[in-house]
Amino acid sequence: MITHEEWDLIIRPQRSWWDLRLGELWRYRDLVRLFVWRDFVAYYKQTILGPLWYLIQPVLTTLVFTVIFGNIAKLSTDGLPPFLFYLAGNTIWSYFSGCLMSTSNTFTANAGIFGKVYFPRLSIPVSVTISNLISFAIRFGLFLAFWCYFLLMGSEVRPNLWILVLPALVLMMAGMGLGLGIIVSSLTSKYRDLQHLVSFGVQLLMYATPVIYPLSSVQGIWRWLLIANPMTPVIEIFRLAFLGTSSLNPSYLFYSAFFAVIVFFIGVLIFNRVETTFMDTV
Amino acid sequence: MSDTVISVENLSKQYHLGVISTGTFYGDIKRRWARKRGTPDPYLKIGEADYGNRDGETIWALRDIDFDVKRGEALGIIGRNGAGKSTLLKILSQVTAPTSGVVRVKGRIASLLEVGTGFHPELTGRENIYLNGAIMGMTSAEVQGKFDEIVDFSGVEQFIDTPVKRYSSGMYVRLAFAVAAHLEPDILVVDEVLAVGDAEFQKKCLGKMQDVAGEGRTVLFVSHNMAVIQNLCKRSILLESGYIRLDGETSSSVSRYLSVDQSHNVFSPDRNRRIGDQTTKIETFTVWPNPPRTGKSVEFIFGISKPSTGNTHENIDLAVAVLSQQDSPIFQLYSRHMGQSFSIGPGETIIKVSIDSLPLAPGNYHINLWLGSGSTPIDWIQDCFVLAIESGFFEGGEYIESKGYPVLMKSKWNVVRGNTGQVDLE
Repeated sequence: MITHEEWDLIIRPQRSWWDLRLGELWRYRDLVRLFVWRDFVAYYKQTILGPLWYLIQPVLTTLVFTVIFGNIAKLSTDGLPPFLFYLAGNTIWSYFSGCLMSTSNTFTANAGIFGKVYFPRLSIPVSVTISNLISFAIRFGLFLAFWCYFLLMGSEVRPNLWILVLPALVLMMAGMGLGLGIIVSSLTSKYRDLQHLVSFGVQLLMYATPVIYPLSSVQGIWRWLLIANPMTPVIEIFRLAFLGTSSLNPSYLFYSAFFAVIVFFIGVLIFNRVETTFMDTV
Repeated sequence: MSDTVISVENLSKQYHLGVISTGTFYGDIKRRWARKRGTPDPYLKIGEADYGNRDGETIWALRDIDFDVKRGEALGIIGRNGAGKSTLLKILSQVTAPTSGVVRVKGRIASLLEVGTGFHPELTGRENIYLNGAIMGMTSAEVQGKFDEIVDFSGVEQFIDTPVKRYSSGMYVRLAFAVAAHLEPDILVVDEVLAVGDAEFQKKCLGKMQDVAGEGRTVLFVSHNMAVIQNLCKRSILLESGYIRLDGETSSSVSRYLSVDQSHNVFSPDRNRRIGDQTTKIETFTVWPNPPRTGKSVEFIFGISKPSTGNTHENIDLAVAVLSQQDSPIFQLYSRHMGQSFSIGPGETIIKVSIDSLPLAPGNYHINLWLGSGSTPIDWIQDCFVLAIESGFFEGGEYIESKGYPVLMKSKWNVVRGNTGQVDLE
């Protein structure tokens, strides 16, 4: 039967690589919004401290970093107040790692709901990235508070106009975290190995990123290896913007941006490919 | 423009049987390597026999399905378990993609494969209504417009600001169905949601579905409940092992389905896949007396054959499992439980198992048969016999309808204290 009618939906065995259905995701924007809100609210429901939990974690982590890496190991902080230095690194890093970790189990964690009802699958990782943005905003607010305090106390902190690239930094991290996360989630729909790799891989990656030490303390070939890590320019430029020290040429930021865009698109393509039949293999 | 809103063409879906992969890349390589050398699969569980369904063997859950659905039509889909009904609905609701074929749809399609999908236990009823509505494709504004109606329909307005984890399962389901029922899609796909809730709520749901069909929207309805299908749908499709057996008036599809299904007290082993290598095989299975009666003695007789070549099969266990018509297990007679097993030599063997007083209420039950050794099936046949039991007296007492409780037990009743007389009915 050949028809020339208008069909709203055509279900075929395999969609083409480029049929990404991003328009559909836009139609489901209310769902994305509700997922974001659900993740945010469910995080602290039935807790005494409520949203305060968003602050406790970064403060404690930074304190531990300050004591261990600053006071005991005595790593360089480019002459900056150690607490502020680690808080800056931690604030940035936790957004990227949060996005990566929480999107990397999209398929396995949501198999139940994916098996029952159709909605654009991409809405889950996208909403997770946005809800991480909220916790990033809270942590960033905390960072700003301490930053103002150190500024007023007259520390060696020199903010400058690079502050204006902050939105671009956040976008790059979101792109990289989301892109890598959905690549991992697509690959783990059949093989679970990667999932184990991700949880500690992210921790190892932190040591390969200048989070607890400045890039300036690393020389030679190691320095180049560090710069090859696309998160390095993001963190360094963040510190340059708010604290005023970095040994990296800001133009490396283009490398990070390029990387983020590529990873994001590869991620969306693979994700789209896997989502049609993953229910049969998960 | 024609009135066709769903057009299904040559739709097929293939599933791989058995374990898809060991779950790790390394495991898959190891398995392939073992196969190449002809050694046993290192990932096979102990006691898991070769059912002949591994190594790329596949099953067609749907085979060359063709049908059209017109606007405003209520189409029933019936068939035994495993006939492909759920697979068809999953493809229509885009949960999984077909292996081949095309489905074309006009208008918004919404599926109720399971109510309450995406409910978050920590969120309140109110919050979950919005979330669930959005998952099903409604915008927040649409939910807002119908909010009062939904709450009203669900009957949980008192608890609307309580987290749903505190709800009873009945309330949970009612709220979930209420959201789904107010979706107002052009095409509604429903799978057995009416199996939940109390009778009153089921009636309400049915009414709602009738309204939906009456409003010129299209409904696809899968159910085992023939009365509901006949009530709701003019036309029905009967699926049998992936094929459309009949597509026509509901009454003819239903009677065809029942005639296939309801050959009582006759051994019909070929309706389902047999599991095991069948080196020793159940050839016949009969019940005596036929029909059996509640409270009376009954015998189940196995006719077992083994090819004259080959050795005696040691340690064979037999079992008769009795299930309700909805396939929930009731009890089993298992030779191992009685400390018995059999060694079966070549040729024909007759083995019977008897019970003195059949403890089942009158009605129909399904039977699974097991012939195996330990946990390894040799001939395992599911749902191969409809046991139809007629009414009788139980233990000398009067049998009064047990209202859904299928098992009767012998019990002793005595007055321990009190100014009460005891009358022996006998």
